[in-house]
This record gives sequence, C-alpha cells and structure tokens, in this order.
Amino acid sequence: MIDEPTILAAVLMIALVIYALTGGADFGGGVWELFSYGPRKAGQREVIAGALAPIWEANNVWLVLVVVMLFVAFPRAFAVLSIALHIPLTLALLGIVFRGSSFTFRHYDPAGEADRRTRRWGLQFAVASVVTPIMLGVCVGTVVSGRAVTEQGAPGSFLHSWLHPFPACMGLFTLALFAYLAATYLTLETEDRGLQDDFRARALVAAGACCLLAFVGRTLAPRLPVPLELPISLEILTGLVGLGAVACLWQRRFWLARALAALQVVCVLWAWGVAQFPYLVPPALTFHGTAAPTAVLRMMIGALALGAFLLLPSFVYLYRVFKRR
Amino acid sequence: MTDLLAARSQMAMSLAFHIVFAVVGMAMPLLMLMAEGLWLRTGDRLYRTLAERWAKGAAIMFAVGAVSGTALSFELGLLWPKFMEHAGPIIGMPFSLEGLAFFLEAIFLGLYFYGWDRISRMAHFLCGLAVLVSGTASGILVVCANAWMNHPTGFELVNGLPTNIDPLAAMMNPGSFSQALHMTIAAFQSVGFAVAGIHAFMLLKEPGNRFHHIALNIALLVGGVSALIQPFSGDISARLCARSQPIKLAAMESHFVTEKGAPLIIGGWPDTETGTVSYAIEIPYGLSLLAFHDPYAEVKGLNDFPRDEWPPVPIVHVAFQVMVGLGTAMAALAVFCAYRVWRKQALPLRLIVLSGPMGLIALEAGWVVTEVGRQPWIVYGWMRTAEAVTPVPYLIVPFTTFSLVYLGLALTTLSLLRAHVLRSPREEELA
Repeated sequence: MIDEPTILAAVLMIALVIYALTGGADFGGGVWELFSYGPRKAGQREVIAGALAPIWEANNVWLVLVVVMLFVAFPRAFAVLSIALHIPLTLALLGIVFRGSSFTFRHYDPAGEADRRTRRWGLQFAVASVVTPIMLGVCVGTVVSGRAVTEQGAPGSFLHSWLHPFPACMGLFTLALFAYLAATYLTLETEDRGLQDDFRARALVAAGACCLLAFVGRTLAPRLPVPLELPISLEILTGLVGLGAVACLWQRRFWLARALAALQVVCVLWAWGVAQFPYLVPPALTFHGTAAPTAVLRMMIGALALGAFLLLPSFVYLYRVFKRR
Repeated sequence: MTDLLAARSQMAMSLAFHIVFAVVGMAMPLLMLMAEGLWLRTGDRLYRTLAERWAKGAAIMFAVGAVSGTALSFELGLLWPKFMEHAGPIIGMPFSLEGLAFFLEAIFLGLYFYGWDRISRMAHFLCGLAVLVSGTASGILVVCANAWMNHPTGFELVNGLPTNIDPLAAMMNPGSFSQALHMTIAAFQSVGFAVAGIHAFMLLKEPGNRFHHIALNIALLVGGVSALIQPFSGDISARLCARSQPIKLAAMESHFVTEKGAPLIIGGWPDTETGTVSYAIEIPYGLSLLAFHDPYAEVKGLNDFPRDEWPPVPIVHVAFQVMVGLGTAMAALAVFCAYRVWRKQALPLRLIVLSGPMGLIALEAGWVVTEVGRQPWIVYGWMRTAEAVTPVPYLIVPFTTFSLVYLGLALTTLSLLRAHVLRSPREEELA
C-alpha cells in the first residue's frame, strides 16, 4: 500500500540515487586525479577540475537532503545510525570537508599550477575523494548486513558493527562504482581523443573492479535473521546493463555508455532498496516503525513537492549552461 | 575532559566556525549585486571588476561554508542523537525548507561564479539575486529551528514524549521572528563592517584609489544602515527573553535578586557564590525600563531559580556586554560617518579599520549569549544537554581532530583572502 512512509522511502532512495549519479561521480573524479599518470597527466587533471568546478557544491546538497529526510521522517533510525556509524560517518565528513575546501583552495590559489602548495591541495583533494566513498560504502554495507542495530532495536557497537570484511568490501565497491561512473562521464568532457582514451581505459578498469568486488561481496554477504530478497530479474537486468555499458565504452560510443553506466548505478541502488524494503535498518527498524507522526510526514512531502517544483528547473538550467557541448 | 564537555565543545567550535562563513553567504551577494547593478546601469568597468573581485573572495568562503554546513547537519546526530530523535520531526519544517534553500543557493552560486561569460548580463544578475534570496532564507530558517530550542512549541508532552506535533506551529514559535530578524541584520552588519574595514585599510595605503573608495562606500552603507536598526531588533529580542526565558536575561545582566525597578548593570564580573557583581556601572531602573519598557516592572533574579538550572553566569554576562558594547560602538560610528558625509568631509578611515572585526566579534558573542544562556537545557525546559549526548566514548578525539582541521581551514582561508583582497586591481582590469 502506498502511504506516507512509503512515499518518503521512495524519495529517500531517489535522492540517494541522484547523489550517487552526481556527487558520487564528483568523488570519482577526485579518484582519477589521484591516479592521473602518463603523458597527458596535466590534461587529465584539467578536464576533471573543469568538469567539477561549477557543480560540485550543488551536487553535495543531495547528501544533506538525505540526512535531513532521515532525521525528520525516520528519526529513530537516524539516531541509531548516528551512534553505530559514528566513526565512519565522521571520517566521511572529514573527507567531504577536505575535498571541497582543497578543491576550492587550489582553484583560487594565486600561486599557480606548478607551485608545491597547489600540488598539495591537489593531493588533499584526491585523497579525500577516495576516503569519502569508501566510508559511505562502509555505512551502507553495515546497514545491509544488519550490523548497525541489534534485534532488539538498540544501536550496534560503535566499533564492531562496521569493522568487518563485508562493509569494507562494500566500501571498496562504492569507490570503484563512483570511479567507473566518473571515468565514463569524463570521456564526454573533452574533445581530445587521447584524453578520451585515457578515461575510457580507466572506465573499463573500474568496471572490472566493480564486477570483482560485487562477487567478493556476494560470498562475504552474511545471512540475516530477516530475509532480504533480491529479485533475480533485477540482478540480471543490472548485469545486462553493465555489459551494455562496457560494450559501448569499448566501441567508443560515449553518449550511450554514459547513459547505460548511469542506469547501471540506478539499478544497483534500486536493487539495494528493493531488497531492504520495508526495512530501513535491518533487522530491527522498518520505515513504518521509525516513521515520524503522519502530520510531519505530510508536511515534509509538501515541502519536497514545492522543492522539486523550484529545484528541478534550476538544476536543469545549471547543467544546460555548463554541460552542453 | 568529559564526553559531554567534548561534545559541547565540538558543537560550539563547529558553529562558531561555520557562522562566519554563513553570514558571508547571506550578505556578500548583496554587496556583489550592488556593484553589479551599478555596472549594468553605468557600464563602468570598475563596478564589474569590483563585483568579480568580491565574488572571488566570496567563492572561497562559500565553499568552506558549504562543507562545514554539511558537517553540521551530520554532527547534530553524531553528537546529539537523542535530541534529534525527539526534536527532528518537530523542527523538520524549517530544516526541510532550509535544505531546499541551501540547494537553490548552491545551484545559482555555480551559475553566478562560473557564468559571467556564459549567460546574459540580466540572467547573471538574476542568478545573483536568487543566491541572495535563498542564502538569506536559509539563514533565517536555521535560526527558526534554533529559536524553537529556546521556545519549544508545537507539541505536547505525554509521558515525556512529544505528541500532537504541529510542525508549522513549531517553526512559527515565539522566538522565530525576533531571533531571525536580529541574526539577519547582524549578518549584513558584520559583513558590511568587515568589508568596509578591509577597503578602508587599502585606502590608507593608497589614498584616492577610486576602486577601494567605491567598495568602501557600498560596504559601509550596508553595514551602517544595519548597525542603526540593530538596536531596535535587540530591544524586541530582550523583551521576549524577559518574558519567556527570564533566567537567561538574569544571567545576561547578572541580576541575582528579584526586584521592582531593577538597575541596569554594565560591565563588571559576577560572583555566583555571593550573588554580587564587582566593578560594574549601575543605572537605576535601567533593566526594568529596557526589559519591560516600565521603570517599576519586576525583573526576576537568578536566586528565584534552582541552582542546577543556572547557565554559566559569568560567560553569558561578559558575552552580552561584549555584544552590546560593540553594537553601540558600530551604531555610533555609523552616525559619525553619516555626519561626515553630510558635511562633505572625509570618512574616518582609521576608525573604520578599527571597527572591521567588531561585527563578527559581536556576532560570535551574541551566539554565546543565546546558546550558553540556554544551558543546562538543549531544549529549554524539556531536555537537558546531558541527556541528549551520544553514548559513543572518546569524544575528545573527534573534537580535537575537527578543531585542528578547522584551524587549518581558517588559516588557509585567511591567507588566500589576503592574496585576493589586499590587492588593488591593475589598470587593465578596470579598462
């Protein structure tokens, strides 16, 4: 039945998906800054910086939206997650702070590209871009594996809940996924064929890493007291879309590759959502069980509708001005 | 250091850091738009250079503000999970709308900073306007949520748990109007004076430089007008505080004994053991007059409240004196500058440089008054700060880490701003 908590659960998922597609790819860009090498190293960095500059601050707000939705609509779950995931969330935050500030400092540092200080900003930006996705993935992995909350609904241990192979694997998977997405997007951010090839090669490597980590994750996946069922059809669909994206990258059909890579990320996250619903934090907390009173939820849905009305045209405008080539 | 103290310190440090960047996000767009509007009207390249230069400085501040603001939205839960669990739904309305405003601000900032040559002049100006409106709205909404912590309304407590939640009533709590008004004016005032101080400093070094002269005029106009209206909004805030949070007013004033016709205590150091204030100036009937607009009104003293509900009186008292003192100094300077302009005399540049940091210091002091003055409560009269803190141990570690990180960010921002701001534009930038 479609009621208020279900609607908000869906919106939460949509916001997370958009965050992965936009903010996630921004972090992926930072990953490729760290792994920039070869004769076109400087060119790679320039493309990455140019692609991120006008949009990263707006993309970052999707994560803020997720946090606000959690504490307004599902406050008990927010409190439990804040306690159990205190350390990985704090590390992710430090990553977010360092990523954004050092990126901006580099952009506005009058010292110029060749300077040591500027290179330090670049390194800080890149390392922070690696740390944050891993930590966000660790958080997701902890939630999925049912370690964030006890069966009685108490917060999991602030150390043992996330310090485990499966969340670690999910952290690396998230990193690979964001890097894959970023490399695929970046093929379209430059006209230079050499640079396109650089990003194409990186996208293919990252796709391989995603695949490998997905299989490792599957073998590490714990058995939960409540069944989280992933419909086999969604798994097959995700696989097919992924294969299609790789094939398009191989054939240098970058527009289609970008669309399919994005669709693949949508599938991965949606599969996670479908598998978990109605649980928000398995095995104890459901969306309905932790939902705020209906009056609050309705008010929030109204605010979100108003928000969508104002935000979507603004977002489209931002991307049309800076991303149309 | 106990975990509670570490959590409180981390929150205070994060807020004190973020607020400087937040007010720049609220007020700088106005200054930039005034310069850009003059450029659109006159076609004088100098105005556009000024808008661009201000935008560059603001862009650095905006980025640090965006990330430290993101950090705060997490820290609310990381440090005060029980507070967010119960208060989150009640103050969800201002936070949701604030998220929306923050979103619009970030989108139009990208367009404003990187769109100078990509969109039409008018579209660019309108994007700046969208930044100004959404930035100010976002500040106001956050303050509404904070005002609720001082004036919790919009719910009923049944067995200690909030029920019958009315999110709109919570957002429109009695404190929202006065606190948001006071804070919005403070934002424009502190940024106006800070920017005016910088350009006055440059004018002392390069007398007659037209670029800095115009910049100074715009900033001083914004800061000065704000400084002149701020006392009236302060009066509204103080009178509300006297009625709804009498213990906070008593701490601000170090007023220990309930009396009619209470005197106003200026300065001094309160002794909470003896209930006296040493080295202070007393103005008879002053406090009753200010707090209730009636010289014989009864003002409640600290001694009427249980000792375990007292905020740290000396901190609140001193912070309040600092805020009011600096506010008065800025208002006086604004009057003096207006007089000089009226008499067609030169502006008192040295005084303006001196007043540069006053607004920001008063701003921080004001937040100390409202936040420390609410202690020991996180939600006034309902939830104590000690009840809300996270059970996670070793909180001194994140406190130390974030303090060092923010110290580094502050130093870097200052050095980059110095490179951008303390520099006169070259000839070719003005042609």
